Amino acid sequence: MDMGDEVKVFGSWGSPFSRRVELALLLKGVPYEYIEEDIFVFENKSPLLLQYNPVHKKVPVLLHNGKPIAESLVILEYIEETWKANPILPEDPYDKAMARFWAKFLDDKCLPAIRKAAFSPENEREEAAEEVRDCLKTLESALNGKRFFGGDAIGMVDIAANFVGFWLRIIQEVTGEELLSVEKLPELFKWTEEFVSCSVVKKCLPPKDKVLDVVKARVAPK
Amino acid sequence: MEGEVVLLDFWPSMFGMRTRIALAEKQIKYEYREEDLRNKSALLLQMNPVHKKIPVLIHNGKPICESLIQVQYIDEVWNDRAPLLPPNPYQRATARFWADFVDKKIYDLGAKVWRTKGEEQEAAKKEFIECLKLLEGQLGDNPYFGGKDFGFVDVALVPFYCWFYTYEKFGSFSIEAECPKLIAWAKRCMQKESVAKSLADQEKIYDFVLQLKKALGIE
Repeated sequence: MDMGDEVKVFGSWGSPFSRRVELALLLKGVPYEYIEEDIFVFENKSPLLLQYNPVHKKVPVLLHNGKPIAESLVILEYIEETWKANPILPEDPYDKAMARFWAKFLDDKCLPAIRKAAFSPENEREEAAEEVRDCLKTLESALNGKRFFGGDAIGMVDIAANFVGFWLRIIQEVTGEELLSVEKLPELFKWTEEFVSCSVVKKCLPPKDKVLDVVKARVAPK
Repeated sequence: MEGEVVLLDFWPSMFGMRTRIALAEKQIKYEYREEDLRNKSALLLQMNPVHKKIPVLIHNGKPICESLIQVQYIDEVWNDRAPLLPPNPYQRATARFWADFVDKKIYDLGAKVWRTKGEEQEAAKKEFIECLKLLEGQLGDNPYFGGKDFGFVDVALVPFYCWFYTYEKFGSFSIEAECPKLIAWAKRCMQKESVAKSLADQEKIYDFVLQLKKALGIE
């Protein structure tokens, strides 16, 4: 915006939530300083993080000219309103409401279902996997023939769906549960390939082998 | 500009109340349709196929679901009066954060307070009060969460006020004793016609929950 803009992101290399924030900033060409937080060990969280997000004590936190904002979807809306290049939300209030609906659906329904399918004990996994497939089927309907949820270019819903685009395949590989098959969810499957092929997204994904290691460590053996 | 506005709702729902308040603040005429949640209408299932829940706001035949999304939609479409979100992006982000906090915490904790007993209930009460105190801190010395003016966070939170009586009776505690500033804020909001007309009567909520507990087989 102006020469004096100072933007910092407190994140974690493996967190889809902090990657969302970085993706939006990259998309809009906003330079920022990234600060890595250790989110796996609570005691290692920096005093700054705890100061900037005293309520939830989590990443991501966006710091803009010293003022902190927490919660990734709240941050995405702030980024959209502050930096106008490459809009991630439609202008029309109805279309905007629909985008917000799907972003919330991803966080309220898809993500918990995927977590359950990944980290539940073995005997609960099949049921959890079925729930994921239902969520993803519903999510797929939002694509409605478009290349991205945002239309021709990625938008807020695509950004919010980053864990479906990237992390989900790794979880599938580790658990051996089929969650997003090309046969049952062809449109969504195609979207994941389009998503990870985007040049700006590619800049913003964690190394696959590192994520694989983290997921393997957390998943109960089959 | 107005077009046709319909609200599918259920009278005790704090979420429906948010949308009612927003519509009243903007003085929008709309048709209110009461849903029987044990026998959901074809219209509800058609308009909210994903969640099958109320409230659903239908504007010129197109549905908008999720109460805070509805409130933002109303604010954006009827942007010539009674703004609910401030123009400054940082203040908007702060408002969205706290409305999200209310969503993440207050409903579930409140439900635990009336549904459970013993240790589980005590833990829920403790956390519930902690969350209300955090909100009180955010309010500070302002008349509203929106500052001088009634705003987005006020709309998000005030509907829970008519449920406080129920939480207090089942939880055997006084919210006012713990959070007097918050209760003062709620009473201030109740002076507004949009709020007073949108919230349900607290005794009716209590009776409703009594019946609900019996129906659910919870003592």
